[in-house]
Amino acid sequence: MTILIDNKAEVKESLQPKGFLRYFSFSLDHKVIGIQYLVCGFLFYLVGGTLASAIRIELISPLSDFLPRDVYNQVLTLHGTIMIFLWIVPVVNGAFGNYLIPFYVGARDMAFPRLNAVAFWLIPPSGLMLIASYFIEGAAQSGWTAYPPLSITTPQSGQIIWILSVLLLGGSSIFGGINFIVTILKLRRPGLKLMNLPMYCWAMLGTSILVVLSTPVLAGTLILLSFDIVAHTGFFNPALGGNVVVYQHLFWFYSHPAVYIMVLPAFGLVSEILPIHCRKPLFGYTTMVFSIMGIVVLGLVVWAHHMFTSGTPPWMRLFFTIATAFIAVPTGIKFFNWVATMWGGKISLNSAMLFSCGFIINFVFGGITGVALAQVPFDIHVHDTYFVVAHFHYIVYGGSVFVIFSSIYHWYPKVVGKLLNENLGYLHFALTFIGFNLCFAPQHWLGLNGMPRRVAEYDPQFQFINQISSFGALFMAVSTIPFLINIFISIKKGEIAGNNPWNGLTPEWLTTSPPPVENWEGEAPLVNEPYGYGKDYLS
Amino acid sequence: MLNKSYYLILIISIIIGISFWIGFNVNLLPEEASINAPIYDELFKILFIIGLILFIGMTALVIYSLFKFRKKEGEFGDGIALEGNLSLEIIWTVIPSIIVLFVGIYSYNIYDRMGGMNELNHNHGTMNSNSEKIWAGISQANNSNSGLGETAIEVSAMQFAFLFNYPQGEFISGELHVPVDQKISIKMESKDVIHAFWIPEFRIKQDIIPGQPTILNFTPTKTGKYPIICAELCGPYHGGMRASIIVEEKSDYERWFNQNNKTNL
Repeated sequence: MTILIDNKAEVKESLQPKGFLRYFSFSLDHKVIGIQYLVCGFLFYLVGGTLASAIRIELISPLSDFLPRDVYNQVLTLHGTIMIFLWIVPVVNGAFGNYLIPFYVGARDMAFPRLNAVAFWLIPPSGLMLIASYFIEGAAQSGWTAYPPLSITTPQSGQIIWILSVLLLGGSSIFGGINFIVTILKLRRPGLKLMNLPMYCWAMLGTSILVVLSTPVLAGTLILLSFDIVAHTGFFNPALGGNVVVYQHLFWFYSHPAVYIMVLPAFGLVSEILPIHCRKPLFGYTTMVFSIMGIVVLGLVVWAHHMFTSGTPPWMRLFFTIATAFIAVPTGIKFFNWVATMWGGKISLNSAMLFSCGFIINFVFGGITGVALAQVPFDIHVHDTYFVVAHFHYIVYGGSVFVIFSSIYHWYPKVVGKLLNENLGYLHFALTFIGFNLCFAPQHWLGLNGMPRRVAEYDPQFQFINQISSFGALFMAVSTIPFLINIFISIKKGEIAGNNPWNGLTPEWLTTSPPPVENWEGEAPLVNEPYGYGKDYLS
Repeated sequence: MLNKSYYLILIISIIIGISFWIGFNVNLLPEEASINAPIYDELFKILFIIGLILFIGMTALVIYSLFKFRKKEGEFGDGIALEGNLSLEIIWTVIPSIIVLFVGIYSYNIYDRMGGMNELNHNHGTMNSNSEKIWAGISQANNSNSGLGETAIEVSAMQFAFLFNYPQGEFISGELHVPVDQKISIKMESKDVIHAFWIPEFRIKQDIIPGQPTILNFTPTKTGKYPIICAELCGPYHGGMRASIIVEEKSDYERWFNQNNKTNL
């Protein structure tokens, strides 16, 4: 019987398309799935970016004159939902996690390859469904937070499709999380200890714990919300005795950890990139591990800081202030450790390194405004204003998206076998870094001085600063061009990378570029010192 | 070695000096027009200075490292195999913890001075609202001149307007008129979705939640006209949902009140 199944599997494997076409198939290879996640995520990034451009165009003038008002609200809802659930979460977790984790634990694939493929293939249909909802009765228009009663009173079809789509994406995320936990804990090559794993494994373990603990809460909440919309139940509908603040608690119980689901893997990726290009061991491995786990624990008990101005009693405001501010401690440790990793190194200032350094600078800025926002009296004035918009774009764009680009420059040679063009990389970095800061830094001032978020029209005194911000957004849009040119040209014409262009010590560099289907010819190498730079391994 | 630590101290003092200078000379906030505003701005200034020191310091460290430790042309090999340093790691765990603790205690103090920890109550002479549960809100500074009495106003928010009900005069206004230097207590209710009541010049904000009345207390300190802005996405015209608060001298306020007062009729 077992033989029969094995034969079937082999036959299936041989029937799978080869070459380019395998990226469009139900492939079970973790590397193919990783690339599927990345490319799919990037396509949605382009959609989300187009929507962001529409928002910035609308805000060039203080009047609502570019998009109809309800369409504007649909655009901002889709922008947030797409960027979070279809770009950053799937890419920092699904794309890099699938590609790298099996290498790092010394396995030939993820623990559950079929579940893995299912997790990916949930994403394109739910994304397309979400976008398609615009063409039915209009997409959801209550923001990515979908607060009732607004989400109950706006057109139903868009909101229900939004809920279905987020439920599917959440399911995909949970499948992925389970797969990562099992792979990291159970699929390690014999002899490989937990405390010798590359840091990205720890980041993914922590993130997956958050995913598995908090995503089901979001799912439950959205199912109740859909009952309120379709079956006219009264869980959150105040007209029927429901409580809207309960929704906010449940929603943020997932959606604050979601921020860590977007940035913890990015922290892990930077911890892989910096040591290689600085030629130094990762500074303070053990404190890094503990700080990741500290963030996981604290990340679960800070959600109500999103509700300081809604119905929260004073004692609750205080508790969540303190818990939130303390996340700065484990996060700060990581940043000091990264700078210490650079200190005394022999740094190659390439595109990957530039994006990682850009990430450190942006994220420190976003972290500082974050500690300020954690303070109740500070937050009461700037809550729901452009100050918050600026803060979280510093975290998720200046943080996670910079790391995604850094990682693409870093691992492209492994995946494709060719090097990317460095000059185009510098241009891409310069445009992104300048555009990003030009777009989002002025928004802090807007929020402090009286511009709320999610508005299509505003006080004319804010026009000039909004125009600067929109000008920055233009830079960001243009920055994608050299990046795409680089990616496509280098596939054919890039310099041959060789197996280990950066002289890395982590396991993925110890195989061919691109790697074989089984990851290694022969047995997986035992890497007990993934950061053993300066110890004469290479000479 | 001595020279090196002198340089270090010099650089750190320059960064701190620059941060203090910016913190005291760059004003990022709008006008201060309530008792809470100067308290808020004090907190803002402290956070701004600490933030600047950390940000400038970290950025300088990153940029310095990039130049100082850049691999030279034709150079091979690795940096030093330094895997950690326990005392350094303890230092940069303890110092941020102290800063965070200080900021936390300080902002608790600020919040207390703003009246955030006070019992919420709303004094409505004509309405029997004491039995009604007030869910949340923001009280205000303790040192308000409570001797002067208190003006109670009811705010109802709906898509996409604010209405201000003056129960003592039994009339409704589209503009919020209040006397200067007197404690104002507003009780807010929403007719449909969640809205928020925000006056940037007063540094106060409170969500207006359907089914759950909320309270906001404040004392304006400057006469003038300030915007009231809805800060919670409430539908297509959310950006246009604004009203004005007009802070007047007591005599002007009373004249306006008596013109509208319906109880006299």
